[in-house]
Amino acid sequence: MGSGTQLGRVRGLGSAKEGAHHWLWQRFTAASNLFLMLWLLIAVARQPAYDYASMRLWVQSAWVAVPMLLLIASVFYHFRLGLQVLIEDYTHNESRVVSMLALNLFVLVTAGIAIFSILKIAFGAAA
Amino acid sequence: MASRNPARPLSPHLTIWRWGPHMLVSILHRATGDGLATVGTLLFVWWLAALAGGAESYATFVDTFTTDTGKLNILGWIVGVGLTLSLFQHMMTGIRHFFLDIGAGYELRTNKTWAMMTMVGAVVLSIGYWLYMGMN
Repeated sequence: MGSGTQLGRVRGLGSAKEGAHHWLWQRFTAASNLFLMLWLLIAVARQPAYDYASMRLWVQSAWVAVPMLLLIASVFYHFRLGLQVLIEDYTHNESRVVSMLALNLFVLVTAGIAIFSILKIAFGAAA
Repeated sequence: MASRNPARPLSPHLTIWRWGPHMLVSILHRATGDGLATVGTLLFVWWLAALAGGAESYATFVDTFTTDTGKLNILGWIVGVGLTLSLFQHMMTGIRHFFLDIGAGYELRTNKTWAMMTMVGAVVLSIGYWLYMGMN
């Protein structure tokens, strides 16, 4: 590969074969988000009480903890892809790289805390 | 990456086009998505962490958004209504995008109708959700 123009360097190489990956996974996770968020909205609305003890008991159930973990995987993946598009649209050069790293940090830290919290409640560690 | 040459012309943007519902819901989809991804995520994770942390940390979370009587305070209402409106708007425009993705709904009248319906749907679902919560 020479040191010609940017276009010249990539011409003839064909596609990177991953152009549709981001687009497709945004749709896949959108579909799973739809079901998981409807579940969360309905389940929360149908709770008789929202005090500490009731909520702990609710999240402790496998029927809540497991969908909640799936929801975090699906929703967090989806919003990571979405915020990536925002960054790509409005930032350029170095600031784009920094923004993308900050985005990954935000997603990993928030997902880590959320998953740990659910598992801690579900596995019944004394609060 | 070479920097963009500022002298080159830009494609027509928001200031050029006459506004229509399709533009508004497109922007709403992005704005609500980004709002949910940032504010929504932080609140959701705070709620989970507070619940996992114990009765004291959960009380701190609840007290931030409610009065002493247990009803929502001003912040609770702003955040609650804002998030439900955003969520339902993003959900409705998301469903609209599924149809657009398969190539349906691009006829001018159809497109305009369903763009407006996403906003109607978001408001109706939000009101319905809060009414249900109020009765519960």
